[in-house]
Amino acid sequence: MANEHRKEDAAAAGRIAGPAPLPIVLRVNGETRELMVEPRTTLAEALRGPLGLTGTKIACNHGVCSACTVWLDDLAVASCSVLAIEVGERRITTIEGLAGQDRLHPVQAAFIDYDAVQCGFCTPGLVMSCAALLARNPRPDRKEIETAISGHLCRCGTYPHVVQAMLALGTREEPDLE
Amino acid sequence: MEPFAWQPAASPSEAASIATHTTAEAMLTLTGRPDTQQAMLIKAGGVDLLDLMKEGLVNPGRLIDISRLPDLDGISGEPDGGVRIGALATLARIAAHPALQQSHAALSQAAALAASPQIRNRATLGGNLLQRPRCWYFRSAAHHCLRKGGAHCFAFPGDNRYHAVFANQGCAIVHASTPATALAAYRAEVELADSAGHRRRVPLADFFVLPQADMHRENTLARGELLTAVWLPPQKPDCRAQYLQIGERAAFDWPLAAVAAVLDMDGTGHCRQASIVLGAAAPVPWRARQAEALLAGARIDSATAAAAGEAALAGATPLSQNAYKLPLLAALVRRAVLSAAAIDTVLPANPGAP
Ligand SMILES: Cc1cc2nc3c(=O)[nH]c(=O)nc-3n(C[C@H](O)[C@H](O)[C@H](O)COP(=O)(O)OP(=O)(O)OC[C@H]3O[C@@H](n4cnc5c(N)ncnc54)[C@H](O)[C@@H]3O)c2cc1C
Ligand code: SF4
Repeated sequence: MANEHRKEDAAAAGRIAGPAPLPIVLRVNGETRELMVEPRTTLAEALRGPLGLTGTKIACNHGVCSACTVWLDDLAVASCSVLAIEVGERRITTIEGLAGQDRLHPVQAAFIDYDAVQCGFCTPGLVMSCAALLARNPRPDRKEIETAISGHLCRCGTYPHVVQAMLALGTREEPDLE
Repeated sequence: MEPFAWQPAASPSEAASIATHTTAEAMLTLTGRPDTQQAMLIKAGGVDLLDLMKEGLVNPGRLIDISRLPDLDGISGEPDGGVRIGALATLARIAAHPALQQSHAALSQAAALAASPQIRNRATLGGNLLQRPRCWYFRSAAHHCLRKGGAHCFAFPGDNRYHAVFANQGCAIVHASTPATALAAYRAEVELADSAGHRRRVPLADFFVLPQADMHRENTLARGELLTAVWLPPQKPDCRAQYLQIGERAAFDWPLAAVAAVLDMDGTGHCRQASIVLGAAAPVPWRARQAEALLAGARIDSATAAAAGEAALAGATPLSQNAYKLPLLAALVRRAVLSAAAIDTVLPANPGAP
């Protein structure tokens, strides 16, 4: 316990850390994980590297494509534009932490039902944005869904099916498939 | 990104006292090769600063993180009806703030249209106002342009389709901040604090600088100063506002043209006073004074709105590739005036609005 405090203090107010690697603690998907990062390590890099959570994708690395979307507490953020060292006590949720023990998150199931996945590279990020929307708004309308996914680039063009999957979750009815 | 050290600030004055440069100062080099390892720079949400660092445009030796400082992110109504927005308030919170949506609708609309939901959840208002320009030559490490200390502007002979159509002599950036267009229309002020805790308030119009005044920075933020808040003056009860923008994509892109209109209506369809500010048009939020003069005292109808749109273009000096912005700006002014005055427009008011 004393040890853990010392590690968290490494990034505490007033203290200068780095540029050499230093130990930090992250709360990821309900677990407390210790890892070494440099101050320049982004959250996306920390997740995919030392933490081995490769569901989070890095494509543009500039906040433009949103493939790296995770939650900080309840907020969807681009983890390429967050430094691991600044996360602190906030809860991180990644695509790996979304499903229950033996069942998919409803958004994941709906993506399968409505064929909202093609090559799949942008899918983890899209699912995280959709699940964040659903958590604060159980019945989003088309406009709200379109806004929630507006930061995502999907080169396969899955957007219409993503919207249909989300509409279906909100209404529990079959939306028209054009 | 090059390695850097990390220091979470304990207080605003500590952050102001440690910072050795503004980001603009640190990016100014004679050689085009930033060797700024000694620079200690302020970081808020980090969206712009990390972006510049990833491109190698600035390599600070230390980041002073202000993003977790308490009490700098409040949005509070003042007794006089004005609003104070702490510098660390995120664009997402500003966009969703119910009282602001009522009192200063054009600001909520502009904040909601800036960037993506993910970025809005991180981007702070202070950092947004202080972000560096998006000119693609400026953002390219291979182009050592005037604004970075070089000898040439690449935009004039080059690709200037996204550049300024007003006040574009020397350097033709457009101001990158979407909320700034609305803030300027409300005649907002920024609050700046130094390391001794002294605070000064500066009208946004004086805070932003044109290239003619200083080619190397977009604002008068001084080294050792922190932007602590933005102040919105109280609105007259009959003030109505509309922010509109148009871009290549409906969502999630810097606009090609934007306008914020604030009209003080007299209840009989006449406008007592108008504030019209153009975005993505000039190196600073661009006040369309001739349009304002035309609207003051006028009855608002489609003819006056269209005339205001034309008047807003007075003094424009488009470049080789961006004259297309002029009809966009004129149309946006016309629509924003009609929409603010609650006169229905035929066209959809805000194609990109969430
Ligand atoms: C894909 C994408 C799309 C975007 N689209 C838009 C758009 O449409 N419209 C728009 O307006 N913006 C847009 N942006 C830009 C984004 O809004 C800004 O990068 C962001 O607001 C910067 O805020 P920040 O808190 O992250 O600032 P930081 O990156 O932390 O800081 C920015 C600068 O300000 C300085 N600084 C920050 N806060 C303070 C302070 N309080 N006092 C003194 N100095 C300070 C820093 O030193 C740095 O130089 C977009 C960004 C991306 C990645
Ligand atoms: S417009 Fe300004 S920022 Fe862009 S290349 Fe010219 S001098 Fe540089």
